[in-house]
Amino acid sequence: MQPVINNEHTIRRVKTSRFSLGTLFMYIVLTAWSLTTIYPLFWIVNNSFKVSSDVMNKSFSLALEPVLVNYTTAFDRINIGKSYINSLIMSGGTVLFVLLFGGLAAYVLSRFTFKAKRPIYSLLYATLLIPAFATVVPVYEILIKTGLVNTYWGLILPQTAGNLTFATLVIAGYMTTIAKELEEAAFIDGCNRWQMFVKIFFPVSRPAFASVSIFVFLWSYNDLFSALIFVNKESVRPIVALLNEISSQYGTDFGLMATAVALTVIPVLIIYLFISKFIEKGLTEGAIKG
Amino acid sequence: MKGDRKYILIFLFPMAAFMSIFLYYPFFKSLYLSFFRTKGFFDKKFVGWDNYERLTSDSLLGASTLHTLELMLYVIIFQVGIALVLAVMVDNISKFQGFFRTVFFFPVVISGTAISLLFVLFYNYNFGLLNSILANLGLEKVLWLSESNALKAVAVPTVWHYVGFYFVLFLTAMSKIPNDYYEAAKLEGIKGFQKMTKLTIPLILSDIKVVITLAITGSMKVFEFVWVVSRGKNNTEVLGTYMYKKALVDQNFGYGSTIAIYMVVLGVILALLANRLLKSEEITY
Repeated sequence: MQPVINNEHTIRRVKTSRFSLGTLFMYIVLTAWSLTTIYPLFWIVNNSFKVSSDVMNKSFSLALEPVLVNYTTAFDRINIGKSYINSLIMSGGTVLFVLLFGGLAAYVLSRFTFKAKRPIYSLLYATLLIPAFATVVPVYEILIKTGLVNTYWGLILPQTAGNLTFATLVIAGYMTTIAKELEEAAFIDGCNRWQMFVKIFFPVSRPAFASVSIFVFLWSYNDLFSALIFVNKESVRPIVALLNEISSQYGTDFGLMATAVALTVIPVLIIYLFISKFIEKGLTEGAIKG
Repeated sequence: MKGDRKYILIFLFPMAAFMSIFLYYPFFKSLYLSFFRTKGFFDKKFVGWDNYERLTSDSLLGASTLHTLELMLYVIIFQVGIALVLAVMVDNISKFQGFFRTVFFFPVVISGTAISLLFVLFYNYNFGLLNSILANLGLEKVLWLSESNALKAVAVPTVWHYVGFYFVLFLTAMSKIPNDYYEAAKLEGIKGFQKMTKLTIPLILSDIKVVITLAITGSMKVFEFVWVVSRGKNNTEVLGTYMYKKALVDQNFGYGSTIAIYMVVLGVILALLANRLLKSEEITY
């Protein structure tokens, strides 16, 4: 009988505390903050469907009769579609390289024993102290000399290098938790190290690979500084560099600006809504601590 | 395993190559360039410590440093502070936890450039969102990007952008606290606000330390918010934009590199300092 009574007791407690003033206050604050993250997005999308003069004078009113003029301008005149493709190719390429090379390095660092391991870890941690500002000039020089500036490689290569440390540390952290028996079984089956990586460690570590790819994609897609320097020609310009261009060239065309922001943000948000579980999982696994 | 040596070398090689070519070598090259007066990439003259002496007398650099530090202060107090408060609240409620987690993370996935452009539309004097609100309330319009306001105006999107990120980190740390701790506290009669100050926060202190370190290194790197919202005008120049202007707009690679080295040193010192001040013992459950 005892436990039953206890249960009822706690249930009642929870019920009463749920309606306390403090809880109400918490919900109010949390709702208020979520409005600051939702309303601006709604505002921007809503205004992207109005002509500029309406954005200026009636920015709160609902776009009940949506016009697509800004969208046609965005695609025809400033060629935002091309920038989309550029962004996808460069950020996608970066993610691919980071996963492959970071994954291999992580596999070695987490599952092999060898002398140079500690110094390698120290070297890796040291890169966390080097911001892009401290490498940009010589990297720019290398890219100019090799003719890679204003090509897709001009952004993919430096961004891959910049994200490898993060990826390696996160994936290695995950791989150390994999049971040794799995490795031994594979060895008995005659797998070599490469097969072991492809058939066991990569599939088992999928959550780590997933969260790394999400973050690397976001950081690459959103990196204005590198884009401005390495790939700022119209034919290769990613979407953030185009946004910067719009703000300086079309700073008075509010409708177009709203549309450009909406077009940059909405696809990422939609993808985020589908994969938000992975992101939290990635963070939960102590990812960022690296 | 037999033949492991070969695999170690093969598997580590691509990473080593990337890092050497695009991180380590450029870093030391920047260090090297900081001792030269340059004209483009090909004309350079060794000038010893001249560039470093110039740092000390460069009043624009001093101002940029102060602006960066001011921004850093806002970030530590508000970004980390709001994230902590929100995390404590979400940890204490029973409904809609998932909703708040998802929604608070929205700004993090949006690019800083897009957020900056959004705030350009908010701050516009004649037609911006903020002044429309003021006008609707019958109040006078405010010049949001004036010399005295601009840095604070830039700080708002900077802070807003990453609150959700630290919020999730805090919430994760809190979810690792075993339930018995709270039950013991309940028996002692500790609840509400006291529970937060006496139990939750001390237990996640090491995570707070990590987050503050991230916030410090993060605010050293602020670039797009300043660049897009104000272009560094009206007392908003920060180290990132100043370095960009010197090194890449003016093409003064020597002095630009000196500024970059200064930023690295300053960042490391501040991070070490923060770690010293917030010394705490690692807690394992």
